[in-house]
Amino acid sequence: MADKRVGNVFMPGDVLEDLQVSESVKKIVLGPGLIDDGNRIKISKPGILRFREPGIYWIDCHQKRYVPSKGDSVIGIITQKAGDIFRVDIGGSEQASLSYLSFEGATKRNRPDVKVGDIVYAKLLVANKDMEPEVVCIDSYGRSSGMGVIRNGGFLFNASLNLVRKLLSPQCALVKSLGHRFQFELAVGLNGRVWAKSKSDIQTIAMANGIMASEFMDNNQIKAMCKRLSRAVSGMEVE
Amino acid sequence: MASFIVLTEEQQRLQREAPPEAVLRCLTSELGCLTRQDGSASLSQGDTTVTAVAYGPAEVRMARERIDRATVEVVYKPKVGLPRPVDRKKENIIRNTLESAIMGSAHPRSAISVIIQETEDLGSNLACCINAACLALLDAAVGLNFMVAAVASAVMEDGKIVTDPEKKVEEKAVAVMTFVFESVDHKLVSVLTYGKFTQEQYKVCRDLCRQTAQSVFAFYRESLEKKLLKTV
Repeated sequence: MADKRVGNVFMPGDVLEDLQVSESVKKIVLGPGLIDDGNRIKISKPGILRFREPGIYWIDCHQKRYVPSKGDSVIGIITQKAGDIFRVDIGGSEQASLSYLSFEGATKRNRPDVKVGDIVYAKLLVANKDMEPEVVCIDSYGRSSGMGVIRNGGFLFNASLNLVRKLLSPQCALVKSLGHRFQFELAVGLNGRVWAKSKSDIQTIAMANGIMASEFMDNNQIKAMCKRLSRAVSGMEVE
Repeated sequence: MASFIVLTEEQQRLQREAPPEAVLRCLTSELGCLTRQDGSASLSQGDTTVTAVAYGPAEVRMARERIDRATVEVVYKPKVGLPRPVDRKKENIIRNTLESAIMGSAHPRSAISVIIQETEDLGSNLACCINAACLALLDAAVGLNFMVAAVASAVMEDGKIVTDPEKKVEEKAVAVMTFVFESVDHKLVSVLTYGKFTQEQYKVCRDLCRQTAQSVFAFYRESLEKKLLKTV
């Protein structure tokens, strides 16, 4: 059962006492923005209190800066080649390292073809406030599973962290309704970077604008926006 | 035809002895006014206007890196010309104040930088800078232990106390004090004073500013609620 304060806006320094928990688990999990301070819970970021069964609470705040966290899929830019590792800019406070062996099929003999300036879709293996983050382009079975260097053009742009989470959430209609109207490839990194590519540059830019505009829209507005967008791109009159 | 209001001596005495009021000029803010920064806020207190932006946690210069907490950097840009030593002093005060508010240990070896651009200085500039910086940090969602609110007050020649003084009042005052309070227990975080004043006057100013700071905190909450509930 959720606490009745869920959905309210909280500010840093506010204190939560006696949070409600489900009968079955009797345990609270604190997410981002909440700090355990003995017998009370302190709030460190301004945002809306959210709850998910069985006992997970977190603060949903609007943020642009990415803070690396383990297991996140991110889009990075290779900035440096240093011996057997690459330095990758993932938008955090520090550059992440990427070993040349953590690509599918890479061996000491067979180095992957990665250059400075390439875009990679990778997963965070190590993310810790005291350590340098490390990304990999393979899963634990040694397969690429969609990760690796993104080639052949496309368009990379930055969005807020809320927008990328919204894009990835199954409830969001944006990617689906864009897919009804355009042919495209899309990669969304949890670090706020979005890469898009479609048949023509005009379509790609239109899609990027559509994605950026959808931040504060609900599903019906998004569907209407996609319709207008496809009409505009195909040169028809927008009603 | 000019009209006069004639005050009797009794009325004048009452006016002098009337308890000072905790008043604040009209506060207006715009969050996220700049798009490329992590957080930005433009705040006006009456006619004093300041724009502050915050970046963080971001990459830190090697020389400033601290292994156990985040480095807080503050840059103050005056309206015209290059920063002078007074501006450097202002930077230092703001940095020390923000350092106590920011949860630095959560992001070691990173920098949290705040840049403050003065747009219009018509009194209580330092207070406005601190409040704008706090709003920018809130907009960037940097982890904070508490929020800070600054209020200035001026002691006039006749002993009258004015909170959030305008430039003209500040110039005539015998003493100007700026107090910064935190949002949890409303304790004092930092004080900056100019001029001559008695201990009694200091206490009255401090308590008045503490009262006034409550409306600043309420204002923070209101502005953030407006921004966050739009997102849903």
